[in-house]
This record gives sequence, structure tokens and C-alpha cells, in this order.
Amino acid sequence: MTEPLLRVEDLRVTFELKRAGDMPWTQPRLLHAVSGVNFELFPGETLGIVGESGCGKSTLARALIQMVPGTGKAIWQGKTDLLELSRREMLKYRADIQMVFQDPLASLNPRMTVGQIIAEPLKTHKPDLSGEEVKTRVKKMMDRVGLLPNQINRYPHEFSGGQCQRIGIARALIVEPKLLICDEPVSALDVSIQAQVINLLAELQRDLGLAMIFIAHDLSVVKHISDRVMVLYLGREMEMATSRDLYSDPQHPYTQALLSAVPIPDPVAERAKVMIPLDGDLPSPLAPPSGCVFRTRCPRAEARCAEKVPEFTHGAHGVACHFPGPLIGAKKAVERA
Amino acid sequence: MVIDSIGMKSLGDRFAAEEVKGRSLWADARRRFFRNKAAVAGLITLITITLLALFGDALTTWTNEELDFNVMGQIAQLGGPSLENGHYFGTDDLGRDLFSRTLQGTRISLMVGILGAAVAVIVGTLYGAVSGYIGGRTDQIMMRIVDILLAIPFMFVIILLLVMFGRSIVMLFIGIGLLSWLNMARIVRGQTLSLKHREYVEAAQATGVSTFTIILRHIVPNLLGIVAVYATLLVPEMILTESFISFLGLGVQEPLTSLGALISEGAKTIYYGTLWQLCFPLLFFVLTLFAFFFVGDGLRDALDPKDR
Repeated sequence: MTEPLLRVEDLRVTFELKRAGDMPWTQPRLLHAVSGVNFELFPGETLGIVGESGCGKSTLARALIQMVPGTGKAIWQGKTDLLELSRREMLKYRADIQMVFQDPLASLNPRMTVGQIIAEPLKTHKPDLSGEEVKTRVKKMMDRVGLLPNQINRYPHEFSGGQCQRIGIARALIVEPKLLICDEPVSALDVSIQAQVINLLAELQRDLGLAMIFIAHDLSVVKHISDRVMVLYLGREMEMATSRDLYSDPQHPYTQALLSAVPIPDPVAERAKVMIPLDGDLPSPLAPPSGCVFRTRCPRAEARCAEKVPEFTHGAHGVACHFPGPLIGAKKAVERA
Repeated sequence: MVIDSIGMKSLGDRFAAEEVKGRSLWADARRRFFRNKAAVAGLITLITITLLALFGDALTTWTNEELDFNVMGQIAQLGGPSLENGHYFGTDDLGRDLFSRTLQGTRISLMVGILGAAVAVIVGTLYGAVSGYIGGRTDQIMMRIVDILLAIPFMFVIILLLVMFGRSIVMLFIGIGLLSWLNMARIVRGQTLSLKHREYVEAAQATGVSTFTIILRHIVPNLLGIVAVYATLLVPEMILTESFISFLGLGVQEPLTSLGALISEGAKTIYYGTLWQLCFPLLFFVLTLFAFFFVGDGLRDALDPKDR
């Protein structure tokens, strides 16, 4: 078996919340944005991360590149723990891990030309390249992501959302990273543009042998692009399996509920589909439920769920539930609703 | 075929190869600014006054130091504005040519204003941007320093400086420069706080761009709009401050003069019927201030992100 590119063990991100007017000695409230996530990522593989808003998807990604402080381990290529590195040591690895952001226009500096924007990582990581060389590479990259290279002097506001996202992708790929983190790269785009950007990403990934962490809340998009999918809920891993397994045979009731909410573009199938509506809102991450965090909204919840945190079963199809299994509780949920 | 397809293709290729020039937000703002009539009028007035202040001495035979002995003693009767004896604006109390005196005063006033604004732009912008971007305790300390400086009565300090170290234009510059950047620093810090969580700043951080480069490359250029507007409105404020100090008799020292000092002299002699001694410096003063305010307003409208 090949060496994983990235092995994340027990990754936790905890924020200390201070309320206004707190005395310096009062204990800050702790917000566990990500608690104890494990996964491995192999070269050339895509890991999809899905979950509701506020479940810690973005925080998880940001912790990997030290944008937010995280604890645990993130072993890069079996050697270096990314979370332990100092700012200076981390710099070397930043070229290997690049990121594509959610809002295409907002992630581009409005005062810089497209050429300058795309060249920025190159100038940071390879400062001795000549101006001519930088320009050639930028143009080549623009061509690669489907932008006209002659628009190198244009400004971001002169492009459409989809084009802006292509610029963002070009900027990320110009330093030839090994891992690309896409933080909801298509949720701000039209559906038709979404498909173009997704296909571009998939194509680039195949050609360049990139590993990718693909964060989204759109399940069908994730299904299309991911090899494996992880489902997060309140910063905890609920289920992780290959894309096919997860979508055809979800074991965790939360995954089943999520999947049932995906509309099917066929009216007959859509009406016949068993819906699993979830009751209530996402609990506050400041005061997560005891035991299994999903129990407050789970159709299968029993007394045991409140007492004991379910272990995440490692393996090809991992799941964190006391009562995993194929869809059975659906009927009960529908009756209740 | 009538259309030569190979020719068309090469034409298309040539178009595709040619680099398109983009229109920056600055270019957009410039267009909007030049469509604003009041702002353009203000700009033209300002350029005229500046040119006059710099090169206007060539228009007259009198220098600002010569005394005209023909009018001395009879200023009220003979010293009025006239084309014959070359005193276009008349003479002052001592028989000096008021036209060249006014130009000299304008020069000094503009210098004070622009220098004060320049200090504000450079020091205030960098200070505010660093404070806002780094945040946390650094921000707290840096901003409390500004608060403390702002709490000191500004006019009092300048007057004290001038009294203690003698009335000199250098002291005046130092006094104004010391205090002009405080408000700028606060405004810039506020803007920086909202800019630093933009995704493009995050993208730069994720790539590993150094903090100082991020401030210079991503924060400051996006602040320049508000800085430019505030600076143009700061120039007249500085001119007003200097004029007030000069009016009190503490500003620049003879033989140098400023618009404020000239207006003060003119106001003192108003009972002797020499109204022109007040009116001409006042005209230049008012025109300069109005022009700056109009340009500032025009800039604000042109750079306002709401219009984008």
C-alpha cells in the first residue's frame, strides 16, 4: 500500500470564547469546532467533506494549513506533522497545499490584475524567477484553466463568477501543489457554471495527480467528484466510506437523512422517495449533547446514546453510531413528522 | 468563398494574442470624477491657484519685500489696487505689493496644508493599517497611544510649542504634522479591520505571504480610496489651523507670511478704509478652501463603493 500523503489523527480545533465584560480571570467558554477527526488521504485521491453549515468543515481545512490553531496530528507524507511547525517552517509546505475559496470574486484583490493575482504564490515561493518567466507560466496556467491568456491585464471585476473561480484555481495550481483544498468552491455559482468548474477541477486533478479535499454541502456535487466522502456533524466524524458505498448504502441515520433531502430530478422517483425529516435545529457547539451528538435529532436514539459516545468504527466503511445499519428507522420518522 | 478563411483565422489569432488592457477600479473612479462638474471646477481652480502661487511672481514687477515709497504714508489714498503703478491688489500697510504678498502667503498656506496631509497619509495609513491588521494587544496599545494624543488639546500644544521654541515655520510644521495623522490612523484602522477578513487576504495568508507584504500589497491599496478622500479634506483643515494660529499672531514670522497672517493684518487696518487688504487674501483663502472641499467631495463620490 502506498504511503498516505496526509494522515490526520485526532484533529481538534477549540476556540476560546470571551464574552464582553468578562474579567481576565473568568474561564472562557470553549467551542469545539472540530473534535477528534481522523482520516487518511492518498496521492491523487479526492476526499469529500459534507455536513450542515457550522459543522466544522471549513475549520477542519483551515486547521490543516494553520489558519486556525489545531491540536492532534496531521502527518504530511509520513514525516512531518504540519500542526507542530512554526510559521517559518510551515512556509515550505504552503506551496504544496493550496486552497480554493468559496466566494470567487471576494477571494481576488480588486486592485490587482489577474496576472498579478495568479503570480502571487509563485513570487512568494520562487522569488528568483524572472518577470518574463513568471508571465509565461501565468499565461500557460490561464490557458490551462480555460481563460484567455491575453486577459492577463484585466481586473477581477471584469470577469464573471465562473471565470473568477477559474482565476482562483489558477492561482492555487501555479505552484504545482500536491494537495488542493477546495472550500465550497462552487456553492456561490450557477448550476451550469458549477458543472464547468467541477469538471475542470476533476480534469486538472487527473492530469496533475493532485490530491484534493473537497468541501461542500451539496451532496450530488460531492458524489460526482469524490473518491471517498466524510460526513461531519458538530465537528465530529459521523460516517466515512467510498463515495459509492456511502451513497448507495448509508449506515448512519444522519447520512440517511442528508441523502433523503437531495432532490431527485425525476418527479415519480422524487414523490416515492422516503423522506427523513430531522427535528429541531443543530445544537449549539458550545453545549453539545452528551453521548452521541446527533441523538437529539436522531430517529434511532435510545437511552444508551445519551450516555456513551459511539466509537468510530475504522475500516472501509467507518461509522460512529450505536445502532448503525441500513435505512430502517425511516418509517418511524415519517410517522412522527 | 468571399471571406478568406485563413486570413480570418490569422486575424482572430492575432486578436487573441494581443493583450487586452483591463480597466482598473482607479480608471473607473477617474471617469466618474471627471463627470462631476463641481469637482472638475474645483480641480481647475486649485491648479490655477497653485500655478499662480508658484510662478505668479513673474507677472508683477514688485517683489514681496520692496517698499513702494510713492504710496507710503498715504496708503488709503494711493495704495489701492491699480494697474498703473503695478500694484494689482494694492499695497499693504507698509507699502509692500499685496499681489506678491498674497502669492507668498498662498504658497506657505498650501505648503502647510499639503505637508500636514502628507504626514497624515504616510504615518496615519501605515500606523492604522499595522494596528488594525495585527490586532490583539498590539492594536490595543497602538490605539490607546492615539487616544492619549488626541486627548491633548491640540491648539494648546501648538501654541505652547511656538512659544517655547520660538515662532518658526519648522516648529509649525512639526506641530501640525504631529497631530494631523491621529484621526487618519483611526479611520484607516477601522477600514483595515473590515478588510483583513476578506477572502483575498486569507488567500494570501494561506499561500504564506509575509505580514508586511500583505499590508502593503493587499490592505493599503484597498484603503487608498478613503485615504485620498480624507487627505483632500484634511488639507483645508490644516490651512485653517495654520491661518488661525497666524491670525492669533503666533504663526509664521515676517518677512514670511501666510494667508491667515495677511487676513489678520487686513482685518486690523479695516478702519482706515483699506478694504482691499482684507479682501484679496480672503478671496484666495476662500477659493482654495472651496476648491479643496469640492475636489474632496468629488473624490468621495467617485471612489464610493456604493456606486460600484
